[in-house]
Amino acid sequence: MSNDLTTGLYVFMLATFLGFEVIRRVSPLLHTPLMSLTNAISAIAVVGSLVMAGEQRTTLSTVLGTVAVTASMTNIVGGFLITDRMLRMFKRK
Amino acid sequence: MLDTAVSLVYLLAAALFILALKWLSAPATARHGVLAGEIGMFLAIVGTLLRTHVVSYQWIIVAMVAGSAIGAPMGLFMPMTAVPQRTALSHAFGALAAALVGTGEYYLLAPRVGTFTMTALAVEIVLGSLTFTGSLMAVGKLQEILPTRPITYRGQNVINLSLLAVAVALAVLLVLHPAWNALLPVIIALALLFGVLLIIPIGGADMPTVISLLNSYAGLSAAAMGFVLNNYLLIIAGALDGSSGFILSLIMCRAMNRSFTNVLFGAFGQVQEGPAAAAPEKPVRSATPEEAASILAASRSVIVVPGYGMAVAQAQHQVRELYDALMHRGVDVKFAIHPVAGRMPGHMNVLLAEADIPYDRLLALEDANAALPQTDVALVVGANDITNPAARHDKASPIYGMPIIDTDRAGVVMVIKRSMRPGFAGVENELYYLDKTLMLFGDAKAFVGEITKELAETGHGSAPSARPEAAVARR
Repeated sequence: MSNDLTTGLYVFMLATFLGFEVIRRVSPLLHTPLMSLTNAISAIAVVGSLVMAGEQRTTLSTVLGTVAVTASMTNIVGGFLITDRMLRMFKRK
Repeated sequence: MLDTAVSLVYLLAAALFILALKWLSAPATARHGVLAGEIGMFLAIVGTLLRTHVVSYQWIIVAMVAGSAIGAPMGLFMPMTAVPQRTALSHAFGALAAALVGTGEYYLLAPRVGTFTMTALAVEIVLGSLTFTGSLMAVGKLQEILPTRPITYRGQNVINLSLLAVAVALAVLLVLHPAWNALLPVIIALALLFGVLLIIPIGGADMPTVISLLNSYAGLSAAAMGFVLNNYLLIIAGALDGSSGFILSLIMCRAMNRSFTNVLFGAFGQVQEGPAAAAPEKPVRSATPEEAASILAASRSVIVVPGYGMAVAQAQHQVRELYDALMHRGVDVKFAIHPVAGRMPGHMNVLLAEADIPYDRLLALEDANAALPQTDVALVVGANDITNPAARHDKASPIYGMPIIDTDRAGVVMVIKRSMRPGFAGVENELYYLDKTLMLFGDAKAFVGEITKELAETGHGSAPSARPEAAVARR
């Protein structure tokens, strides 16, 4: 196992623990916006999709990459917009 | 040089994503969180486009425009009652992207793939594929295109689990022999099928758990992509999403006093034939909107318990008008939110916020139960199982042990309901047969509207002399 991979596992482990700590503190009031925000953030998969669509190595990879960029972009744009729209509605008296 | 700069941009994006979730913890800072997430995403995309192996922008531009054109209307105009469907759909899209990129990577790399990378690819593809179809099934059930009742057949769990076992075994084989590329389409097909079969036996009211679990899977498939591409930003974002979904599904399971296995394989909520159905008709008391209005007008404190029925009837705005009318008369109105009320975590909070009800009026389960014994009236709007006192004492009940909202401890209970049909769990709600309970039969939206109209028209004796308990006893 190369160093890159072990480092990757360390990063994954730390981010998971961090995620548990941060998300445990989110008020139940905001669980729906939490889910749509984390979903928008995990659309960071767009990074991999963009590279695959832009590399133009084979027709198959370009097609798969392009569809993946479309799917991720839908989540990014839709996810951030609807999260903000929901949060704008939460008002105190 | 450029690659180092891009790596630093990714690092910054990762920090912004963590801040985004941190700021989301309280309503006051939550919108900063969205902004931080947006900036992080923007930086990551620009950084990626600058990378040297991106040689052509033609398809990227087409895809980005198409994705934005689909995403923007979904974000801007989707009604709040449809948020669970939209969320499930976005899990499907996220998982689809992971599965497609994984498949593409495999065909680019194979057969020269290291064991570790191939393992990550297999995880990415299998999780991505099953989450894709599973989430689409969830969308179908939430949108009621598919039946929301669990669909079960003999040997279901054995079939599902063996299907998964075969898919995993083939994936292991592919990891050991990356050159056997004929295996991949079979693995994908099995994973897609498993996703469908996994969701078929799950009923509507278990959706909060399932949607959280699918959220977790979609995040983990993105993290697996991060391992394949050796990209820490993807690993971090995927891990955050994965742990978020996992925590939410744990909270949902706890709120129903059930285990993961029970939610996934228990096919809860089948219509139960037997003693419950054969029970003799017990008397219930019902009331008209006028009577309900006079009891509410005479009370000092009211706790409203909303459920999925309120969302279905789209009654949140009528509930808000009733809230205004009662608050105006000096009645203290609060809302009790059960964690699994509705179809996704936090569903009721969003609907009530949409109707402009201040969030400091919304009580979580424990606070609501602390307040209910001192409350004059509990008004249940479209909730059922989460108010059933049997959960506290009837060991034979399928919902025994589930934390409930103790509406039966309030002075008077009023339940707006279409009919006496049992709720999701298929059990009779003994709350309805209590002496202090009044059934308000009708459509939630229309009934709440009539109560409000009644309050506005008659004034109902401005001095609340008669206690609500007395009003019920007189009947």
